[in-house]
This record gives sequence, structure tokens and C-alpha cells, in this order.
Amino acid sequence: MKAKEFSADVQNDWCAGCGDHGILHALEKAFAELGLAKNQIAIFGGIGCSGKTPYYLDTNGIHTLHGRVLPFASGAKLANPELTVIAVGGDGDGLGIGAGHFANAGRRNLDITYLLYNNGVYGLTKGQASPTLRQGEQTKAMPQPTMQNDLNPLMLALTAGFSWISRGYAYDIHQLSSLIKNAIKHKGSSFLEILQPCPVYNNLHDKQWYEDNGITDYPRIYSLEDEGYDAVIPVDANKSLRDKKFTESVMKSLEWGERIPTGLFYQDLSAVELTQQINLQKPSYCSLPPAKQPLVDKNNKNSLDIQKLFSDLKI
Amino acid sequence: MGQNKQSVLWRIGGAQGHGIDSASLLFSRVCAKMGFHILGLRDYHSNIMGRHSFSDVRIANWQTLGHVAESNMLVCLDAESLSRHIECISTEGVIIIDADEENIELDTLKFLDVEIKSHLHEELVKHNYPFSVTGLLALIKNKKTSVISVPFSQIRDSLQTQFSVSRSTALRSKNITLVAISAALLNIPKNNLLSEVSFLFKNKEQVIALNRAAIELGYDYVNTLNINSDLKLPELTESKTDYLWLNGCKSIALGKLAAGMGIQPYYPISPATDESLYLETKENNSIVIQTEDELAAITMACGAALTGARVATSTSGPGFSLMAEGLGWAGMNEVPVVVTLYQRGGPSTGLPTRTEQGDLQFSIHAGHGEFPRIVITSGDVTECFYDAFRAFNYAERYQLPVIHIIDKNLASTSQTIKPFNTHDLTIERGQFYEVGNKKHLPRFKFTDNGISPRPRLGEKDKLFWSSGAEHSEIGQVNENPQNRKMMVEKRANKLQLALSEIPLDEKLTVYGNMQASLTIISWGSNKGVIVDALERFKTEGKDVRAIMLKLLWPFPVDELNKLIHKDEKLVVVECNHDGQFNSLLKEQIGRGADHLLLKYTGRAFMLEDIMHYVSDIISGQAEKIISVE
Repeated sequence: MKAKEFSADVQNDWCAGCGDHGILHALEKAFAELGLAKNQIAIFGGIGCSGKTPYYLDTNGIHTLHGRVLPFASGAKLANPELTVIAVGGDGDGLGIGAGHFANAGRRNLDITYLLYNNGVYGLTKGQASPTLRQGEQTKAMPQPTMQNDLNPLMLALTAGFSWISRGYAYDIHQLSSLIKNAIKHKGSSFLEILQPCPVYNNLHDKQWYEDNGITDYPRIYSLEDEGYDAVIPVDANKSLRDKKFTESVMKSLEWGERIPTGLFYQDLSAVELTQQINLQKPSYCSLPPAKQPLVDKNNKNSLDIQKLFSDLKI
Repeated sequence: MGQNKQSVLWRIGGAQGHGIDSASLLFSRVCAKMGFHILGLRDYHSNIMGRHSFSDVRIANWQTLGHVAESNMLVCLDAESLSRHIECISTEGVIIIDADEENIELDTLKFLDVEIKSHLHEELVKHNYPFSVTGLLALIKNKKTSVISVPFSQIRDSLQTQFSVSRSTALRSKNITLVAISAALLNIPKNNLLSEVSFLFKNKEQVIALNRAAIELGYDYVNTLNINSDLKLPELTESKTDYLWLNGCKSIALGKLAAGMGIQPYYPISPATDESLYLETKENNSIVIQTEDELAAITMACGAALTGARVATSTSGPGFSLMAEGLGWAGMNEVPVVVTLYQRGGPSTGLPTRTEQGDLQFSIHAGHGEFPRIVITSGDVTECFYDAFRAFNYAERYQLPVIHIIDKNLASTSQTIKPFNTHDLTIERGQFYEVGNKKHLPRFKFTDNGISPRPRLGEKDKLFWSSGAEHSEIGQVNENPQNRKMMVEKRANKLQLALSEIPLDEKLTVYGNMQASLTIISWGSNKGVIVDALERFKTEGKDVRAIMLKLLWPFPVDELNKLIHKDEKLVVVECNHDGQFNSLLKEQIGRGADHLLLKYTGRAFMLEDIMHYVSDIISGQAEKIISVE
């Protein structure tokens, strides 16, 4: 299938030049290259411009609530582990109102992919500071510079327990689609932060800012892969290796300024994925997940063995 | 009650962590096995160890449903229990207490409420009795109440020597020793207890041996007594077999499993947690997921429901408050999701382990905007099962959230009940798209009855969009006024459909004589005391009828209007301050209660409350609004 075939025939209402367009194309490209069946893909969107992504893809698309995209997505994956489940949302959605879900989705290590469109502002409510805007910064619609500190999405993802963590850039569709593919392929909770310029409200971090650091001829953003950074914790890693990799990722996540790293920061292949954990406790789970349980037989009669439920209650 | 309807109320009290549950479990099982009907009440504090808790076991020769305040046999593991329950002992009752507790000054009881302390102080000073357990016992010396003062320290010492265990280990058998003494006094064969102990403490050999010895010593002690108590177990008039013994929480859990629930995300909260924990112990195909909060519990349930799985979550008032936005999403997206709401005392943290019916209006209105939901309630442990089962059928047939509202009282009320009739249970899954066309299906298709078929997420050749924003039939954002109007009506009209299809016995139940001039209207767990009171009124020659509502939203207006006569007196009974059900009644049928009987102490109505106040109403001596202490 071609990338274009994943594009829905729906009028897109994102602004011209918005980084979201690049992300949408990268998603379509990734789906095509992975050869995914449309019906197997379920995209959940939060609230905000990013949250509209599901409407524009010719897959299953669910527009959820502000901040709650991760539990919605997790519920679908837990009920039907065969689905390729992708959650998308903005920095305000995931790190402000939804921060509790962000942390807990990470530690759960369920096999879903989370794309966080990070543009530093609340676009749809017209330009307020998001949790990633740095203290003292004032984008053009803000009456005053922000007084609050920012938080570091990558480091939060690391400490939360996401087992695959990376950063992409909305205008580098080639790298971004490859990151999305790897995020989907990773068996565990995948977090992909996407630097996504908002051309209307974030005048401080626009395309030019990311692509020109003002000092050298090189763009501000660079690829970790190009520099030979190895982020992978192998399946059989011992504690000291795990700690070393973790610490390196923390240090990388702190890099922000003249140079901004993109690519894979961290991948823990030794972490056991949640559906596998469930299957250890409930061996019927993978073969008969909630969505696949036949509750009635062909004659529409209850096919459950109910009587055994009462055995411990008999006097 | 009728002439041959007899019951004994056995109550055991002590500090949390001192084995109240084990003791009442043992006593209940022994009595149930002898053929008695058992009704249990569990009362506890929001605390892990040390605060007072008690457990009631009503032993009866018929299936009683109502809790009573007056105990016939009071087992006190400590002085605080006696202080709290001494005024509720029946005239010819029996008090069993550790002799060592008798010297305790009431001033030293750090957890005894100041209100109770000052009340007892007043009483004791009036009689010139000391402010101590001895003083309390003196208060009842003129009654026919027997006091069994158990020299437990001697029993403890012999257990310590016999088993070479520490003093504190031997002390842990106090609960079972006192159970044995009460059983011996009621002429229950010793072997009945001995065999149950092995069941109770499965595989813990030393604990079993120690408690068996404690039972022997308890019976030996009773043999040394010369007691003249008239207290007897009821006469068995019917033989019952295969009965189940369970509480409201377990009954709901089982109803959910019988309905084929596949997943229950939940966040721990009293008194709802017990249900989820019980579900986890069951060997079946459903999974229980503990989430980070109730926002996640309801939204995870919604996500799961999109796959076609049957889903539920379970919570109490504070958690339900958080679920409001998820409920709205389910309403907007026509997602079948079942929420079990165990009410507790509110608002805010309120009374976490106490009962109230304070969330009725909230359950009907929770969430912004207008969307349909069904709210149902259960009156007893048996109903909990069938209603939990039906909730999924309603949710899937009408594609909306169903709130099953009960309360802490029912959650922790245990009962011996007839085995469930599972033969007639029919799973109704509602409408699905059978075939796809590889394109996005009109998930929200306008149909004659408002129900659109739904696809399951992931099915071959089927795609769909869902949206919390107002949407077109295909699930894309649509703010056109005409579309908006049709969508609002489509969703709202489903309630009319539900009202026309749900059978009468799932809407309400009627007890007593249809021609009675006084009708009690109530909902939820008040059923037990009301139904028991009706029988008692009948023996007193008073004609009273009761209507228990089961379907609270949409409200069964027509059915209720047909039942209520113009010139009869209506009494509404509910466990809250505002009379929320009465307001609903006024709003829906244009007529409210002539008398409103309310209780908002955090405790459930007792049979005595209903008898007393309804008798006052009958004799014309009652106020319009009655607040029960």
C-alpha cells in the first residue's frame, strides 16, 4: 500500500505551515512501509490541534478527552492486543492535564505508541504557555512571560518507565516515519516526542530556530544515530549496564540549546510488556482477550460456564 | 413477625485487627450450616488497626432482609464495645465480656467518641455508679440480661503453655474463644465449630490447632457456669439446601462475570474495592486492571468497550465525581459501559466506610451537557446479582452508560440466599455491523429508534471514527445546527425506547396490600427493613404497602402513576438529608411524600426506625419531615 492510501478524504483544518502536517505524512508513510491493515490500526487523539489527527487518517480514529488519550488507548489495547494502538496528543494534553496518565502509561509498559506533539503552546486556545515553555519565555500571544518552570518530556518518560523513548522533528519526515515505525515495532510502551513548530503562536521556536542555531552552518537539531549513540539495553543486560544506559539517556535528555538531539534515546529490550505479564497470571488472556470472548453461542444462548463461579460461596 | 418467625441478633465488637471478621465468619457459617438463614451487617471505621468495629449476625428461621439495632447476644472483645452497644442489648439478652476488661475506666478509652463518653458519664453519675465497665454493667443489673464475665487470661495462659507460643499469639484466639462461649450458650454442638475452624484458617496448621483448643476451653468454661438464660436459637421450620452465603459486593462481581464482563479497570476506594479484589480471585477470562485514578478507570473502560468487549468499572462517590467527564464521552459516543457506584457518606472524603444515599441526583445528572444514561439500583444481595447482569444488557442494547447505584450498607450486608437462577439469564448484545465495506461505517447512523449498529474496533473490512465532539453519522466533527438537533434527539430518544422495553419488574417492585392507605416509597438497600416492617405491621393489624424503585433513570412515571391512589398517604424513606428521591418523585410524577423519613447519620435504617416512625405516621403523630437519630 502507498502512504497516500492512509490519507482520509476529509478537509484538514490545520494552519498552513503547521508541523502537524509533517507528522501526519510521517504516520501515513510509516503505516504503508510497515504494511499494516487499516482495520488493525486504532489512532486515539487527545484534545487540541494534534488531537484531530485521527480524523485525517483512513484508519480507525477516536477523538477522546483532554489529557485522557492514554487510558482510552490502553483500554483498547488491553481488550484487543492484536490492534496497533497509537495515541497522539499535544504537550499541554500529555504533560499538563494528562501528566498523571503519562507517568502511569510509561510504567505499565503496555505495547502502545505515544506521539507527543511538542510546540510549547496551547494552540487551539490561542497561544498560552504549555508545560514545555521555559520560564521567562513569552510567545507572541502571551500577555506576560511565563513564570513557571518547564518540564523535560524525555526525562519524565525515562523515569516513568517507557521502554522506548525518542525524539523526532516534524519537518524531517524521513527520520520521523522511521522513528514511528520503530516505535510501533517495539513491544512495550513507546514514547516519541516530536518537535512541532506552531507557526501561528510560537514565534520563539519556529522552523528557522530549529534548523539554524545562529552560530554554525549546522542545524540546531542533530541525529543521535549519526553520532553513533547506542541507546539499546539488550534483553540479558545486567543492572550495571542498565544503569549506565539509563544515565547516558538522562544526560542526552538534558541537551538543549545550541544543539538538540533527535533519534532514539533509550530502548529497554529486557522490560516485560504488560499483556505478557497479564498472560502469566491469566494464561487464557492472549488466546481469549476481552474483545474475543464468545459470550453467546450460535443460538444466542449464554455460552459461559457460570455455575463454577459459585463454588466458594456454598455453605 | 409471624408467630413462627424467630430470630436472634448476635453482635461481636472489638478493635479493628482483632479478628472481628474471622469471628463472625465462623459463627455465620456454623449457623448457616445448621440450616438457619443468616443476615450479616459489617460496621467499621476508616482505619487499619485499633478503631472500633462490629459485626452483626442475624440468625433466623426465615429469609429476613432487615437489620435490627437491638442485639440479643453481645460479644465484647474490649471495654469500648460494651460502652458503644450496652444500650442496644435486649432485656433478656446475654453479654459476654473478657473479665479483665471490667476494671477499665471509661476515661482511658482513647477511641471512644466524646459524645458517647459524656452521655454515659451522665447516666452513671445519675445512678451513682463508677465511670467504668463495672459501672456500665451495674446499669443493666435490674434487667434480665445475663453477663458472662470470661476469665480469658486463664484461657490465654493455658493456650500459651499447651502450644509453647508467645502471649500475644495466644491472645489472638480471644475472638474464637468468645465465639465458642456464645455458641455453647446457644447449645450449638461443639463439633460444628471445630470442623469450621479448619475451613476458616485453611492450611495454617498451628492457627487451626490453637483455635480448636480455644474452642474446647470455651465450651469447658461454659460447662462450669450456672446460667439461666432464656435465649435460644430459633426453631427451624423449613429445610434449606444449597444456599449461598455472600455480600452485595460479591453478588455484583458474580453478576458481572455471569454477564461475560471482559475487563474491569478500577481505582481502589472504600467501599467499592472489595468487588474488584474478589473479581481478581476468580478463575475466569476477565481481567481486572488497577489504574492511576478514576479518570483513567472510566476512560480505559470506554477504550476497551470500543473493541466489543463487555466492560465495567466500580467506584464510590469521590471516584464517581472524577468519572463525570468519561461518562459524558460514553454518552456522546454511545459506548456501553457499566459503572457500579457504591455510595458512602459524602461530600468530599465524607464518611469513607459509612453508608448514605447521597449520590442519587448526582448519578442522574453527572457530567456536563445532556446525554442519556440509565440508573438502576438493587434492594438486597440477590437483586445485586441480577441487576449487575442486566446492566450490561441495557448498556449494549441502548449503547449508553449504565450506572448501578448501591451503597456501603448493601455492599457489606451478607446473606444466605437461594442459588441464582442462571438458566433464564440471557445475554443481549444489541446491534453490531455484521459486514463492512472497507470504508468508514456510519457509526452514528440515524435510525428509527435511535440505535445505530456498532462495529468492533479491529474487525475485518470495518473502520469507524468516534468523537467526543459533535459529529456526523460517520463520526467526523459536524457543527451544523440541523445535524446537531438530530444528534441530540437521536441520543435522547434512546431513553424513551428503554422505558418502553424494560419490563415492569425491572422497574419497580411492590410489597404488601395494594389497597393499603399508606404506601412507603423507597429505593436501594432500605428494602430489607421496609419489607420486614411490612410483615410486622401486618401482625399488628396495620395495612401498609411498599413500592421499591429499581429503575431510577429514566424514571418509570406511567407505572408509578398507575400504582399510586390519589387519597393515600405517601411516605418516602431515604438515607440522605435532602430527600433526593422525593425531589425526583415530585419532578417526575408531580407528587411528593406526605411524610419524609430521612437518616443521614452515616448508618443504615434499622427495622426499629421504620417500625417506630411509620407507627407514628399511622397514628397521626408525626412531623412532615422526620430525621432519624
